Amino acid sequence: MPIPFAARKTAFALTVLTSSLALLTTACTGQSSSGASDDASANTTINFWHAWSAPNEVKAVNALIAGFEKAHPNIHVNVVSNMTDDKINQALRSGGDKAPDVISSFTTNNVGKFCSSGALVDLNPFFKKSGIDPETTFPKAMNEYTQYDGNRCTAPLLGDAYGLYYNKTAFKKAGITSPPKTWTEFQADAKKLTITQGDGYKQLGFMPDYHGWETTTEHYAAQFSPTYFTSDGKSNIAKDPAFTEAFTLQKNLVDGLGGFQKLEKYRATLGDEWGDKHPFQTGQVAMQLDGEWRLGMALATKPKFDIGVAPLPVPDDQVAQYGKGYITGTIAGIAATSKKQNAAWEFVKYITTDTDAVVNFSNAIHNVPSTLAALKSPKLKYDPRFKTFLDIAANPNSTTSPASINGGVYLATIQNFGYDYESGKVKNLKSGLEATAQQIDTDIAQAK
Amino acid sequence: MSTITLASKRRRSALRTAAFMSPWLIGFSVFFAYPMLSTVYFSFMHYDGFRPPTWSGTKNWTYVFEHYPYFWPALRNTLWLVLVTVTLRVLFGLAIGLLITKIKTGTGVFRTLFYLPYLAPPVAATMAFAFLLNPGTGPVNSILEKIGIPAPGWFNDPAWSKPALTLLFLWGVGDLMVIFMAALLDVPKEQYEAAELDGASGWQRFRFVTLPNISPIIMFAVVTGVIAAMQCYTQPLIAGKVASGVIQGAGTQFEPGYPEKSTLTLPQLIYNLGFQRFDYGSACVVALVLFALSMVFTAFLMRRRGGLIQAGD
Repeated sequence: MPIPFAARKTAFALTVLTSSLALLTTACTGQSSSGASDDASANTTINFWHAWSAPNEVKAVNALIAGFEKAHPNIHVNVVSNMTDDKINQALRSGGDKAPDVISSFTTNNVGKFCSSGALVDLNPFFKKSGIDPETTFPKAMNEYTQYDGNRCTAPLLGDAYGLYYNKTAFKKAGITSPPKTWTEFQADAKKLTITQGDGYKQLGFMPDYHGWETTTEHYAAQFSPTYFTSDGKSNIAKDPAFTEAFTLQKNLVDGLGGFQKLEKYRATLGDEWGDKHPFQTGQVAMQLDGEWRLGMALATKPKFDIGVAPLPVPDDQVAQYGKGYITGTIAGIAATSKKQNAAWEFVKYITTDTDAVVNFSNAIHNVPSTLAALKSPKLKYDPRFKTFLDIAANPNSTTSPASINGGVYLATIQNFGYDYESGKVKNLKSGLEATAQQIDTDIAQAK
Repeated sequence: MSTITLASKRRRSALRTAAFMSPWLIGFSVFFAYPMLSTVYFSFMHYDGFRPPTWSGTKNWTYVFEHYPYFWPALRNTLWLVLVTVTLRVLFGLAIGLLITKIKTGTGVFRTLFYLPYLAPPVAATMAFAFLLNPGTGPVNSILEKIGIPAPGWFNDPAWSKPALTLLFLWGVGDLMVIFMAALLDVPKEQYEAAELDGASGWQRFRFVTLPNISPIIMFAVVTGVIAAMQCYTQPLIAGKVASGVIQGAGTQFEPGYPEKSTLTLPQLIYNLGFQRFDYGSACVVALVLFALSMVFTAFLMRRRGGLIQAGD
């Protein structure tokens, strides 16, 4: 039966009206103000979202908060744990009473996105108001990854430093007396430590594949002190020889240790990164590029060999810089939608700059302290081997990957090129790097 | 006077019609028209959820079609899943349904055995498959190697990852088996008897009696299967993550479609662009492409067969 004309007109009008209202409403939402006019000395409650989830970590966060509440009895902290970046990002956009006033994230790569979008407020005025100079408070690399384009919208809340773990017992058996300091020594040691068995390995010297968990493109590249972007914000990976050298090194390792297919087949048989069957812990892999947390995890499994820790090797022509490494870490920031930004700042200031708070937190979760004072604190408790990571964090030659307007998209693009290059899908490194640089520039232009 | 009364009657009639239609109109406006119009609107805007949307013309469309390196592989994978997986699932579901309606004993046991996998949660089922098909330690490859058959890389090999996904979808074919069984049992027995009296062979009975009777159900299975395949997100994502060994958590990068983008689907791109990159405009472009594809497939299937329309009559 045909619908009467009047009814059709009404239906159309209703649809258009609903859609128009909805569109108008949508167009007016999602904005935030950054005015900090609340009284930090008044009684108040702030929401703090963080990503830690393991029981010991949650306990450590609660202890950190207890310390803050003792020092600031008027500010109560309502804490929410196990929050991924996706959830944090969505909550920062929605705002509201239950949304976080303070967030912490493991993903330093997202700092550029947090700062450029205005999701988190610029902390520079707060630091200035409190008389704290971030340049002299935090290590150099941590200072870099907590800001974007002059906007310091985050502060470091403990850090991660990457170094080399090695099986001392396997080293002794192979006649190697000390950890490698250069990549040339490293390649020779990796081959010496490799024991083949059938079409696999009884022991692999080193798992170089980019899927080998922490053997990512940025972790390799850090040892070559790369410059990711030119001064005008364009990708520099095709021009900076550091990238060519890093990709070449990894490819040589892959080819030298049995080839991509053989290594990938072996990798599929190995345990996962966070479980007890991690191949370094089981002795299947003799050297491992990893963060400071691996030491505690490996010791907890009571391995049948001695664990050695050292900085990652450097290029042969940079021996003077041996001791540097890749630095990243957890960050904390204040939501632009928060109406309690001054109270939130008191909390952020305490957890990121109070030396004792940082030291106690570091002691509890075995991450690297994120202030220069805490790195030197006599109250730090650690296994002597952990000192290697403290030194890497404090090393002025240590580097990080810079913040970008679209977060870690450029790193994912480089990593994806790495997969294609190591597998042999892309053979020409130079043209591959040029295409990757072009893709990075296009992605950044799209995000602006 | 009579004109006024007539006009008034018409107005009242129109209002009454609108009032009766209002539940549908509201539902249609809120759940279809508004999201649809919004998606079109945002596909021409630059919007990250914080700053006000700004007009960007066709920039998002150009980016997705020409510069976003994951779009075309994801489109190809989605089409592959639609064509291959849906076809095989319908054929396999029909074959199992036929088999179970024919056997005399143990029907209940077989019905349960074939239906149970469908109840397995997709994440758990995918992880179990990734474990079974692990090229290094999985029992499937161990058996294949023992009997001298070359063992594929399954989820670790770009050439085998989609066939491995298809195996997973075939394993969970219980939903189709149930509806095909119901349709097969609903075919009038007299038609089979008449065909037998006419000397029809088994194939002829299937071709000229069974198939015409169950064609609306086949059409239903194909259309819903196509839509489900185009929305496929969980299984390829989990399979890729588990096989790559890199669990995407806080602090790690999005790795699209391990291995070599072979498990990437359009819904994964919508999530990545929209809720990880917060490039809502480009996410809307991909969503519209997915919508257009669904419409094309549905229109094509409906026109070719018309099974559902006949059934509705």
